[in-house]
Amino acid sequence: MIDLSLFQQYGPALLRGLGMTIFCWLVGTVFAMALGFVLALVQRSVTAWPVQWLLRGYVEFIRGTPFLVQLFVLYYGGPMLGLRLDALPAGLLGLTIYGSPYFAEIFRAGLNAVPVGQIEAARAMGFPPGAIMRRVMIPVMLVSALPALVNFSIILTKETVILSMITVPEIMFETQTMMAETFAFAEATLVLALFFWVFVEAISRIGRRLERRATHYLLDRS
Amino acid sequence: MFSFETIIDNLPVLIASARYTLLISGLGCLLGLIFGAVVCMGAVSRSRAARRAAAIYVSFFRGVPLLIQLLLAFYLLPLVGVNVPALVAAILTVGLCAAAYISEILRGALNAIPRGQAEAAIAVGLPPRDIWTRILLPQALKISMPSLVNELILLVKASSLVTVVGIVEITRMSQSIASATYRPLEIYLAAAFLYLAINLVIAGVGRTLERRFAP
Repeated sequence: MIDLSLFQQYGPALLRGLGMTIFCWLVGTVFAMALGFVLALVQRSVTAWPVQWLLRGYVEFIRGTPFLVQLFVLYYGGPMLGLRLDALPAGLLGLTIYGSPYFAEIFRAGLNAVPVGQIEAARAMGFPPGAIMRRVMIPVMLVSALPALVNFSIILTKETVILSMITVPEIMFETQTMMAETFAFAEATLVLALFFWVFVEAISRIGRRLERRATHYLLDRS
Repeated sequence: MFSFETIIDNLPVLIASARYTLLISGLGCLLGLIFGAVVCMGAVSRSRAARRAAAIYVSFFRGVPLLIQLLLAFYLLPLVGVNVPALVAAILTVGLCAAAYISEILRGALNAIPRGQAEAAIAVGLPPRDIWTRILLPQALKISMPSLVNELILLVKASSLVTVVGIVEITRMSQSIASATYRPLEIYLAAAFLYLAINLVIAGVGRTLERRFAP
């Protein structure tokens, strides 16, 4: 039932698709985290109500609408606003926007969990604000936020397949091309299921290792 | 120019298509609850095989993207001789996928029920089925209400993916309106706000339910 010769023909395209999926996931996750962190910082430090309302509205809108519809607005609706993007940049921008409020919430909770005493101590010792952030708040925040960050990064791996709907040539797109040309559903399924299983497993392993490293000092002393 | 007329003209059709979104996410959630309860029973069962099967089920349905699951159901079911309408296949797939998440939610809730209750039920001789349907599941449902409402909201959003199997729910309908009117920005934004409205209503109802169920 499984026709391996298919992979000789479609192997290169599938591999390119795999690479593209991993690339989209990496870039999308990193940018979404960065934007999420900025959003969390703004929400913490700017208390003016218009900014707070705007942030609230942004978070509600992104979290209340499907990623697919957001992509359609961006990719098909964007040109009407003068935002003419190719599929790949639109997909990456979409992932960034989609992920940012979730990451912002995770960072917000994490930053709130940093004991105030530690920040005050750093300030008393004369740390400049940048150093307080870099050397005290971020390391302490990561301890509590890491599991949630890894968890949402894994959710994002699964969202990358939706980019195929706006013709980003990632694994799903390449597999669908293969299916359409050869009707090899079993083989295509095999590739997709195997890939995602390995991909997700790999990320959760890396996540567990990172967690162990971030909480290492806790284990040592207990 | 942004054309509100396009939105207003097409809003009734768009809202009418929302019934498929609601049908798929609602029935999907219901199926998910039923299958999820079964998977959860397997996950906490004393039988090793049942625990194994539940773990594999959860890891598959949570590890593989829903879009791929939908295509699987749509293309593979006919290959093995099962011919069901696309709508049935979509609801089933969404339900099976939701079951994996809901079983984990319920498992978490079970941990919050004092152990003594199940032990007392065994001690007074309740048959296992009654322990589940009368003692454990009702309480687990109550405890996990916030997570279940959250899951339903996720399902409403996930139901946009059934466009790939050709069901004309909000997203698919907005696609065809957009290509007919050449007004993608307005139509997709309208679709987005429709989803937002549905989810805000669900969240509001959820909060009311939570308050009512709160001990």
